[in-house]
Amino acid sequence: MKMSVSKWVNSGEPFVWLNAGAVAISIIMVAGLLGLLAVRGMAHFWPADVMQATYAPPTSGGAILSTEVIGERVETESVSSIQIVSSGIPVDESEPFYDRQLMKIGNRDVTGADFTWVLSDYVSEVSYPAEVVAMERREWGNFYGFLQGVRQSGEALAGDEEALWQEFRERLARALSIHDAIYDIEKNDIGKINYALERLRLNQRRLELDDALTSEAMADLDRQREGFNAEYAQLQQRLVELNEEIDRDSALFLAANGAEVEIEFADIVRAYKPNQMGLVGKVGTYFEKLGEFLTDEPREANTEGGIFPAIFGTVMMVLLMSVFVTPFGVVAAVYLREYARQGFITQAIRIAVNNLAGVPSIVYGVFGLGFFIYIIGAEIDQLVYPEALPAPTFGTPGLLWASLTLALLTVPVVIVATEEGLARIPRSVREGSLALGATKFETLWRVVLPMASPAMMTGLILAVARAAGEVAPLMLVGVVKLAPSLPLDGNYPYLHLDQKFMHLGFHIYDVGFQSPNIEAARPLVFATALLLVLVIAGLNLSAVGLRNHLREKYKSLEV
Amino acid sequence: MPEGLSETPAKQSVLASDRLALRRRWRHLTDQIAKVSIAVGGISVIAAILLIFAYLAYEVVPLFASAQVEPSAEFVLEDSTPSLHVAIEEQSEMAMRLGEDGVARFFDLHSGEISAETAVDIPAGATVTSFALDSEESGIFALGLDTGETVVARYGYDTRFAQLDNRRILTPKIDYPFGNERYRLSGEGNSDPVASLAIRTSGENMLLAATSRRGGLKLLRASKQTSLFAAFDLGGGADFEIEETTLDGLTLGGEQLFIDGDRFWLFVIDAEGLARLVNLRTAFSTPNPSFEVQALLTEDGAVPTDISFLLGGISLLVADDGGTISQWFLTRRDEGVDLERIRSFESSDSAIIALTPEQRRKSFVSVNSHGDVALYNTTAHRQAFSGTLATAGASAVAVSPRGDALLIESAPGSISVLEVENKHPEVSMAALWSRVWYEGYGEPDFIWQSSAATNEFEPKYSLVPLSFGTLKAAFYAMLLAAPLAICGAIFTGYFMAPMMRRKVKPLIELMEALPTVVLGFLAGLWLAPFVENNLLGIFAVLVLLPLSILMTSFVWMQLPDSIRHAVPDGWEAGLLLPIILLATYLSFVLATPIEALFFGGDMRFYISNELGINYDQRNAMVVGFAMGFAVIPTIFSIAEDAIFTVPKHLTYGSLALGGTPWQSLYRVVLPTASPGIFSALMIGMGRAVGETMIVLMATGNTPIMDASIFEGMRTLAANIAVEIPESEVDSTHYRILFLAALVLFLFTFMFNTVAEIIRQRLRNKYSTI
Repeated sequence: MKMSVSKWVNSGEPFVWLNAGAVAISIIMVAGLLGLLAVRGMAHFWPADVMQATYAPPTSGGAILSTEVIGERVETESVSSIQIVSSGIPVDESEPFYDRQLMKIGNRDVTGADFTWVLSDYVSEVSYPAEVVAMERREWGNFYGFLQGVRQSGEALAGDEEALWQEFRERLARALSIHDAIYDIEKNDIGKINYALERLRLNQRRLELDDALTSEAMADLDRQREGFNAEYAQLQQRLVELNEEIDRDSALFLAANGAEVEIEFADIVRAYKPNQMGLVGKVGTYFEKLGEFLTDEPREANTEGGIFPAIFGTVMMVLLMSVFVTPFGVVAAVYLREYARQGFITQAIRIAVNNLAGVPSIVYGVFGLGFFIYIIGAEIDQLVYPEALPAPTFGTPGLLWASLTLALLTVPVVIVATEEGLARIPRSVREGSLALGATKFETLWRVVLPMASPAMMTGLILAVARAAGEVAPLMLVGVVKLAPSLPLDGNYPYLHLDQKFMHLGFHIYDVGFQSPNIEAARPLVFATALLLVLVIAGLNLSAVGLRNHLREKYKSLEV
Repeated sequence: MPEGLSETPAKQSVLASDRLALRRRWRHLTDQIAKVSIAVGGISVIAAILLIFAYLAYEVVPLFASAQVEPSAEFVLEDSTPSLHVAIEEQSEMAMRLGEDGVARFFDLHSGEISAETAVDIPAGATVTSFALDSEESGIFALGLDTGETVVARYGYDTRFAQLDNRRILTPKIDYPFGNERYRLSGEGNSDPVASLAIRTSGENMLLAATSRRGGLKLLRASKQTSLFAAFDLGGGADFEIEETTLDGLTLGGEQLFIDGDRFWLFVIDAEGLARLVNLRTAFSTPNPSFEVQALLTEDGAVPTDISFLLGGISLLVADDGGTISQWFLTRRDEGVDLERIRSFESSDSAIIALTPEQRRKSFVSVNSHGDVALYNTTAHRQAFSGTLATAGASAVAVSPRGDALLIESAPGSISVLEVENKHPEVSMAALWSRVWYEGYGEPDFIWQSSAATNEFEPKYSLVPLSFGTLKAAFYAMLLAAPLAICGAIFTGYFMAPMMRRKVKPLIELMEALPTVVLGFLAGLWLAPFVENNLLGIFAVLVLLPLSILMTSFVWMQLPDSIRHAVPDGWEAGLLLPIILLATYLSFVLATPIEALFFGGDMRFYISNELGINYDQRNAMVVGFAMGFAVIPTIFSIAEDAIFTVPKHLTYGSLALGGTPWQSLYRVVLPTASPGIFSALMIGMGRAVGETMIVLMATGNTPIMDASIFEGMRTLAANIAVEIPESEVDSTHYRILFLAALVLFLFTFMFNTVAEIIRQRLRNKYSTI
């Protein structure tokens, strides 16, 4: 023994090490959390191998009930035998633990559930058949099975397996392109007409309210309405044709339970044979799915498909917020630092502003809801949009109010950062400018503000990062789980400030906690969370970088 | 410029100086404009931020305002029969007065002009001897006649809207929802009039109780027959199944009868205020029922003057001639039920003359012999208004369904109408912050339950369970965050090698930027099930981690210097990383066999079944982990700053005097930095208190008061997020949620301000050292 225990304790080393341990634990927690998000979030898009096996758990009656299972293995955990017995499977209780695995078996329309737990000990004849097809559908989630045949207008096509698969892929490509055309008409063309018709209705109502609805005006409105209706009828006709075309083909599949399932091509999003794919194929599919996730709209109550509207909504809201927050934050900071007399009151205001950054965000949400929406918004509706009443235009949560609320929430961040930047600029620089005869404003405009601009940027980036991650106030002032259209589109006036929008953070909350099929949605939520964390971490790191850059830059000036 | 050349230099300079002067003036002007606009802009931005506080207060203040009552009309009706009942219509445009002659007169509430007179269908020559009202909301009443018969009728209005200007047109009516026939509830013949009556209906069921002047007590139950062919039974008289029973052996004098809202109990109350109860659930099947519960409803020999059920028919309000109004309801006790005095309202010594409950709230109006009108709310135990507005000797009072108008009848036919502004009678400091004895509960309690399906629901607005939940969540979060963050800050700020510090500090501060919705999601969907399945593992980590760190430290000290010196000072945290990972892994691996050995393989099962502790999957422990995680960077960052900025010469001095690094830290650095650490804790606490998404997602959001680590909670912030989108604007509920927001705002603002002031003083202190 080099050192006795008492000496060791007296040296204070154990405390030092405990403190070191706290740092290490914190680091592990951060890294672990990021790692967990990354692994779970990234794994979502990987086309996993599909396993086929026979599952024969013991039953209470003693009879062996064996079932075929086809699906992806999701996770494995060890469960105590008591739990298994109490769930109705009479396993041997002398064995304390059993492994069980969660299988994604898809085929919700056939089996009723798309996930199932199986006990590893009772799974036999595990194989990875090359022919098994994994398929993403527009309804009922994934499908796993074997391709049996392809039908055109009810007539089965002949051919061997290889030829059928080729035929299947060609027809799928055709169906997908028709689907795109249908989507385009439904979303864009018909959406535009509906929007125009609604505007006509509002115009008419407005004229009515102004007592200016003359017969000419009415006739004009009617003429326009007829024009739109005719256009609509045409589009409707085209839709019917396209729908007939897309419904032409169907494919026949053999599911795990032996049932033959006919699936319309119109319902298929993507189909592939994962067990046949090489690494290159899998990587290709991975990025295809990742692309879909980033650019597509959600399907199936947000639990599948992409999150593009949420990304778009978050970006729109943050941009608008920046437009509000930057000038106001900078002006307030400049006033506090450059113009206001430095004294007790300025100091008090500074502390108050600083502390507002620590006020719970939900309080801002309450303020936004009560003040912006129910007071200001309702007033705007009365004055500017009487024709739409009683349906509220701005008297209801929407993009404008959400951005304003978040601007209020983040303005302290910008003020504090800008003030810090202004304080860092040495007196000598200012004095030099003044000595050369510049006015105070000129000094500010030409010398001080340019030098403080990185600090403002830092403040803005921090504000954006905070705003992008904030959910609680948004729940009250404008975020919805599913917005029918984007807040920026091709319909006049293009930017719809009164619209509700989708948001990444709220998407996580909503899909994770309000979704009926949480097991299926969970990987998607992990992916969304990862995306959000990456965006925010990126923003923060760039803010830190900017700040360091700024400090380096002015270090030479500080004498 | 050829032209310029031709001009004389003098002229040129004059021009230049003109231009210069102009320019100087212009520059001066822009400077002034900029100064003013920046000042205006800056001040208004700051004012806008401070507006939040003002606006929240503006929404909250009406909660505590007293009610306003203004006389609005006074008139004398062309009718002077004594009245049985007066009632106001929904929008306070019309009112009805039922006279003792059995005629309902409907009159305009502003002018007193009688617009309709409808007589209740009573036989010629009969006179009304008793009256009973089902409830103000239903408008169903019963008239007992001297012939011994009883008529059940209903007053109401048909509403339609005029085509032309959308004006509301009211047509008063009297109808008979339980058929036109008269029920006979007392002995045969004219010699036994109905002495007192009680009626209670619910949908198509009715229960009548009556005493005859000779003393018999009889019950009658009528319920609509729903036959198979009911759908085809158009217009024909509805069939009612009638059941009667006479309660023999209960001899009565001049008692009053009341039936509670559930039709479970018949209250028989005599002139002295002695209440005796008959169980109605068994009365029809028991041959000789007896009185089950008995209580004296008045104190000090006072005599009851008016008795009425509160909205919902659970609480009985008893007004007496001593000026006291008391609220009573049945509570379940071990041996049965008890009629208990819940609370009483005393305003003056003058006798209360009339008492009328409101139709939408647990409030009531009273008039005393002085003409004092008072508005009360039972839940809040609050007198919302009191004032002498009626002439002495008022006989009846009616309150409109919306609670915005009162009608007081002094002499028969002499009516005064009062306008009432009484928006939030159900709020008082006591209702928000102390135990309240709610209807149907055995004792006063703290309960938050803001809404329910029925109108008759008593809203329970106690902020105590929510505040408790908030503090509980913050406490468990701080339990994790405070030691980790402060110890981490000590090491990073004092011991850590500068190179490592440059990497570690931004990493931990990055935690602060993590959106709380992501933390909440992980806590609710990943951590909560994980903790549930590995409960013992979690506890093992809590024990094994510190132990393994201490062991490492000890073993490290025993190692030869050559190895120890290979690692420079301040890298201990790096050395510990693999140790901690290993210890964590071991904890979970070892926990499994231990769990199998001692806890039957499933600790969660053991806790709830063997120990009888309720286990919620999303509990305080999960919240503590998740929110602790969110709070660590806040505390860490500020505390680390405080420690790192302690002037180095203090440390050097201590070390030079022979102190070990730990002694220097403990005796010199920490005392100097302690205000900074304290302020870090306060700011962390402020953040934990206001955090919304994590608690919303990681707990079950049940507003219970239980400090158990295995139970969930609901916090003020989460409660606002859950309830405010559904609450009606400007309603009491809405304003109380604003109050919750204001409380949160003030709490965090004060915490942060104190912390900030401490930090500023600390900074000043450092600069002088």
